[in-house]
Amino acid sequence: MTTKVVTIASGKGGVGKTTSVANIAVALASRGQKVTCIDGDIGLRNLDVVLGLENRIVYDLVDVIEGRCRLRQAMIRDKRLPELYLIPAAQTRDKTAISPSDMVRLCDELRPEVDWIIIDSPAGIERGFKNAIAAADRVLVMTNPEVSAVRDADRVIGLLEAEEKGPAALVINRLDPAMVKRGDMLSVADVLDLLAVELIGVIPEDENVIVATNKGQPLALDGKSKAGQAFQNIARRLMGEQVPFMDLGSQNLFQRLLGRK
Amino acid sequence: MLSLIQIKGIRDGLLITLDGAAWPELATAFVKNVDERSSFFQGARVALDVGVNELRVAELSTLRDQLSERGIALWAVLSESPVTVRTAQNLGLATRLSKPRPVQFREVAEELPEDAAKWVKGPLRSGGRVLFEGNVVVMGDVNPGAEIIAGGSVIVWGRLRGVVHAGAQGDEKAVVCALEMAPTQLRIASEIAISPKKQGKSQPEIARLKDGQLVAEPWQELTGR
Repeated sequence: MTTKVVTIASGKGGVGKTTSVANIAVALASRGQKVTCIDGDIGLRNLDVVLGLENRIVYDLVDVIEGRCRLRQAMIRDKRLPELYLIPAAQTRDKTAISPSDMVRLCDELRPEVDWIIIDSPAGIERGFKNAIAAADRVLVMTNPEVSAVRDADRVIGLLEAEEKGPAALVINRLDPAMVKRGDMLSVADVLDLLAVELIGVIPEDENVIVATNKGQPLALDGKSKAGQAFQNIARRLMGEQVPFMDLGSQNLFQRLLGRK
Repeated sequence: MLSLIQIKGIRDGLLITLDGAAWPELATAFVKNVDERSSFFQGARVALDVGVNELRVAELSTLRDQLSERGIALWAVLSESPVTVRTAQNLGLATRLSKPRPVQFREVAEELPEDAAKWVKGPLRSGGRVLFEGNVVVMGDVNPGAEIIAGGSVIVWGRLRGVVHAGAQGDEKAVVCALEMAPTQLRIASEIAISPKKQGKSQPEIARLKDGQLVAEPWQELTGR
């Protein structure tokens, strides 16, 4: 199989890029894929925390680029899964420490080693974002069902089109079906209507995500949560499977007990 | 010296154009002129167009103080010099009259045929900008955060949700049509409007200037179908 480089970007911050990178990487790795994630958020690194690998960092992305270590030395292996690695960002530098061509070279060097390279883009549309998408074969654009996040996603999709990065795929995160039903939140259809791109995942709002993030235990490791399942589904779709979208019906426990539809 | 100073009445008071000499003389001439016709200037709100003169804070604030001593409020300074504009902004003065000046296109075609139009393949996304001296046709949606500035008319075969300025060089006959008219802001020539909250099903609409008012009407009503 040829290696795929997938970047997750959003424009707006706080929509869940880092959490998704961690979960999609875990989901792919749990399906027997060789995966390396790269934290592109130099200066504000987080992916190591979300994956629970913070205390094992010795070398980072900038060390590799500047030749202070070999690529292999900067790849931290996640012990929970056989083939999941993280290349962490440097915390003491900034986005200008690397260039888009550095990222292309790094990914080319990695390609023979793994099946997937998942890159976490920083928020914004400047240098860090340009670095993160430089090597991407595919870009997943992440948004929340709210007007400002959708506006930024639209901008990012426009930039990707201008850079001829191919059609972006959309991930809608933190959807609350009950709020949509009340008409207080944009629905999946509303978002797609504006952005007019392919949808690759819808992740329901789930407070377990915060718990999992704090513990450094990505949700996709546990099969029960709906959000975890949604990440698994994105991984399967990336691998080329046709997976129907989950029914995120707004039935609550009370309604279920009453046996109402 | 008087010919250096032109006075024009505008909606917001007087627009005074100072030109044709270097700054200290211009200012002195203007203040002298004010003193000679103090009853005319008494209590006036004044906007100054200083042309290409580069003014520093000291120069501009001196003039402002001299004017205010004579009962004249200086509220705006217009200039082609970026230095002066910055100075005026630092002093808290407006740097443009409320109506935008007609847009100047950088490359104006020699003689644009009337039917010249720029074809834009949509969707035009947030951050996308189209600037064209003729008509603009967009095949697809114009999303919020996108901007179209056209010398002529704008036709959107899709939903219009961004900002459109038709007739940007002052053409009041320019129109804007869209299958769904919900622009963030709509401008034709020097008129600006925001779209009202819509209820019910949307329909194709055409917006134009009618007696100086920007109005949008459903397309069906116009064609009588």
